[in-house]
Amino acid sequence: MMDNHLLSLVLFTPLAGLLVLLFIPSRQKELIKVWANLASFAGFLISLPLVSRFDKSVSGFQFVERANWIPSLGAQYLIGIDGISLLLIMLTTVIGFIAILSSWNAIQDRLKEYYCMFLLLQVGMLGVFMSMDFFLFYVFWELVLVPMYFIIGVWGGPRKLYAAIKFFLYTLAGSVLMLLGILTLYFQYAGQFGKYTFEISELMKLSLPLGLQEWVFWAFFLGFAIKVPMFPFHTWLPDAHVEAPTAGSVILASVLLKMGTYGFIRFSLPLLPKASMDHTIVQVLAVLSIVGIIYGALVSLMQKDWKKLVAYSSVSHLGFCTLGIFAMNPNGLAGSVLQQINHGISTGMLFLIIGVVYERRHTREIAEYGGLAHVMPKYAVIFAIAMLSSAGLPLLNGFIGEFTILQGAFEANRAWAAFAVTGVVFGAAYLLWLYQRTMLGQITNGKNLHLPDLSLREIVVFLPLIAWAIWIGVYPKPYFDILEKPVQQIVERVRPGYYQGGAQAATRPAPGVTGRGPGVSGQ
Amino acid sequence: MNQFFSEADYFALVPAVMLALFGCAILLFDFVVFPEPRQRKRLAFVLIAGEAFAGYALWNQQANLAANGPSQAFHGALVIDGFSIFFNWIFIAATVIVAMVSYKYLEIEGEHHAEYYSLMMFAQCGMFFLAAGTDLVTLFIGLELMALSFYVMVGFLRTSKRSNEAAMKYLLLGAFSSGFLAYGFSVMYGISGSTKLADVATAIAARGPFDPLVLLALATTSVGLLFKISAVPFHMWAPDAYEGAPTTVTAYLSVASKAASIAFLLRIFLGPLASARDAWEPILIFVAVATMTVGNLAAINQSNIKRLLAYSSISHAGYMLLGLIAGNDTGIEGIAVYVMVYTFMNLGAFLVLVALRRKGIIGEDMDDIAGLMHKSPGYALLMLIFLLSLAGIPPTAGFLGKYYIFLSLIETHHYTLAVIATLYVAVAIYYYFRIVRSMFARELTEPAPLSTSFGLRVALAVSVILTLGIGLYPEPFLRLAQTSLPH
Repeated sequence: MMDNHLLSLVLFTPLAGLLVLLFIPSRQKELIKVWANLASFAGFLISLPLVSRFDKSVSGFQFVERANWIPSLGAQYLIGIDGISLLLIMLTTVIGFIAILSSWNAIQDRLKEYYCMFLLLQVGMLGVFMSMDFFLFYVFWELVLVPMYFIIGVWGGPRKLYAAIKFFLYTLAGSVLMLLGILTLYFQYAGQFGKYTFEISELMKLSLPLGLQEWVFWAFFLGFAIKVPMFPFHTWLPDAHVEAPTAGSVILASVLLKMGTYGFIRFSLPLLPKASMDHTIVQVLAVLSIVGIIYGALVSLMQKDWKKLVAYSSVSHLGFCTLGIFAMNPNGLAGSVLQQINHGISTGMLFLIIGVVYERRHTREIAEYGGLAHVMPKYAVIFAIAMLSSAGLPLLNGFIGEFTILQGAFEANRAWAAFAVTGVVFGAAYLLWLYQRTMLGQITNGKNLHLPDLSLREIVVFLPLIAWAIWIGVYPKPYFDILEKPVQQIVERVRPGYYQGGAQAATRPAPGVTGRGPGVSGQ
Repeated sequence: MNQFFSEADYFALVPAVMLALFGCAILLFDFVVFPEPRQRKRLAFVLIAGEAFAGYALWNQQANLAANGPSQAFHGALVIDGFSIFFNWIFIAATVIVAMVSYKYLEIEGEHHAEYYSLMMFAQCGMFFLAAGTDLVTLFIGLELMALSFYVMVGFLRTSKRSNEAAMKYLLLGAFSSGFLAYGFSVMYGISGSTKLADVATAIAARGPFDPLVLLALATTSVGLLFKISAVPFHMWAPDAYEGAPTTVTAYLSVASKAASIAFLLRIFLGPLASARDAWEPILIFVAVATMTVGNLAAINQSNIKRLLAYSSISHAGYMLLGLIAGNDTGIEGIAVYVMVYTFMNLGAFLVLVALRRKGIIGEDMDDIAGLMHKSPGYALLMLIFLLSLAGIPPTAGFLGKYYIFLSLIETHHYTLAVIATLYVAVAIYYYFRIVRSMFARELTEPAPLSTSFGLRVALAVSVILTLGIGLYPEPFLRLAQTSLPH
């Protein structure tokens, strides 16, 4: 039955595409492009049955595949998905295809290497969202770094090498420390249960003292927070975004950063429930998130570079995502996951929009533009939708996510919500102002007078994202349905008795938490 | 004579005998069978034939080990255990790979002589005794046999000043360190009245770790051993020797000599000095941290790739020492895995440099490798894989080596060391990626094609298959490494 290996099929389709691509001679540029697009489109099509066959009434992991990989270490090839991973995987396959499609004209040299790197990146990201074995997860996690390094470092802007190695070093330093945390859990498990395993659901059976959990939590934190990136670890992000080619920025913002937030949700919370509920830790993370929200927004307001503005807006938006996670209630978590998808859609669109004018004018200075709506009306409409979706206008996706997160934050701590909500205001400010400066008014710069409007291919790139943004904005229920069970499981795990005690009791962390919620089991 | 030698003694010795015999045979063949200079590359095949015989003998020993367990020979001067067999497999692999790439390289250098191959085999013969020896005298002679062969090989380019300087430096410092080692051994003999490691161990255990004589033996022996693995502060020779030596010799030196020295070091520290752990653990912690620090930081600014790899190999010695500091089974197995993966990834990186050496082009500078991606994408990709592995990025083999070391440190609660060791991975990626940057992001400066040969291609293929293979499906290799645990 195909069901048994559906996930592997999704995971390895890009790899198969890559292997074939290797045998296409570099001179056949058109063929390379067509093949890479086909491969990524096939990756998307193959991932569709995941949605239709996913049973959202079941808690726990689905489509589980298990095979022995390194018995000496207790590492397995163990993949499976729950609602959270499902959404992120769909985001990956959609954005992956769109990013590759958007590169059609933008990338002119070393096409073959470029598309190989993208397909490899795709494998790494999908693997991260599927792995249920920590060793496997780590392998995919690190696998992502190399292609991204090359995408920035070879096809990027003037300071590409600096930005690429900065990205690599920052995230690598975080992830090797995370590895120490993983190994600590692994070793503790062997001490308590007498066998070595990296299986996440097994590691959840560990009961560790709070002190040790805190150490491991901080080790994980460094790995994930740098990836997200949370304030104050965000400094690699603007550089990477500004220098990366358009498609690289799209994939970086839309999918890669989500690996960090996903890590918090999938690993930090369920594996280290006591530390995740520890008052100090929650406070620190919430404050860092809020600082990120406000700081990112304020810095965005100041930017003269279009792309840098969007890059800093990512810091702000991901602050919402982490705030939702550490509100540690169903609204916060579900809102956070949904906002991750939203951010993927809207920021992906914003980067694509920058790419469109950059291809035409080769500058990203906001001051160079102005009044573009006169010459590029279709472009202006699409930009307006993307901008409003990012700013959180009701009936578009961003509103749903931010609203739900703020609900969760309000439930956890009113002050958090009060501060975070200013981020929404600032967000509207820098986005609207950006739109005003670039699109509205009269054309002040003569070079902009004859810019061609969007071509059909460019519109096709945007359409699925716009449709998706409107769908989430108008009818988000299916998403919340998918997220309900996994979120419930995580909340039960971190705050046992949350659902029985009702919301009142649960706003205060119950003392004497044993951290023995129902483990997530892969059947 | 039969009361002196038994059949078991011969059995234990066969691999070494094969190496020595074929080493001598190559010298004879040089003027009897293949007198023409252009026939000399056939000598590489004689070497490989010798390795095949040695490998067959080793295979038999392994079968015997599986059936009957470890066996001693020559009244405890040699031991055939999983440890010695594991390391000897590594020596064979390294020697064969290096020999395969040497003929072309030496022809380009204009110094293709038969002695080269026989010196390799003699050096390997010394390595055999370093891995299998359990007697101070045997070990010392093995070490000197290996070291003397290497002194000559490092200076093999007789007309090159660099090569001569490197050999002289290596010889002087090496002789000095051997003096220390011999002194330490003599103190051990003085303590125990025996040259057998087991007797020395008993005598040292009886005296306790902080006995002055034990400390004296420990200090002097450590100097000699740490010199050989190029640990800080005894690393000075390595960058110069590595840079000046013919690249093939550098590859051989950095891999086989280091593996043999690590085996030797483990024999001493886990044998006679095991009971003095309280005394040497702090010293080794200092040495390991200093080694990783100096190796990694000094590598950052190197513009000569051989020199950069020399410093990187110093830092790898630091990682291996960490496994010994942890000292549990994971740590020792980790060293074995580390040595195994290091052999193939480091050889691979040097092999790419060998291909860069062309007529009139030295090809070991950062500029020489610039734009390699445009000219020879295959080689650039191979180098990338080897460098990623050296840095320890999964799914390459290098990650597994580091994985074991980190795990062993955590198991023995050396958390600070673990954090330091992991952070140096990020430093290492920085300088390895200077090479990558040069290969992929810079423009081509030297259009002359790389010098390849059949042997080089095979050797590179073997190295890359193992570097990726051990990373992706490590199970059989880990099982092999598990057999190496000394019990």
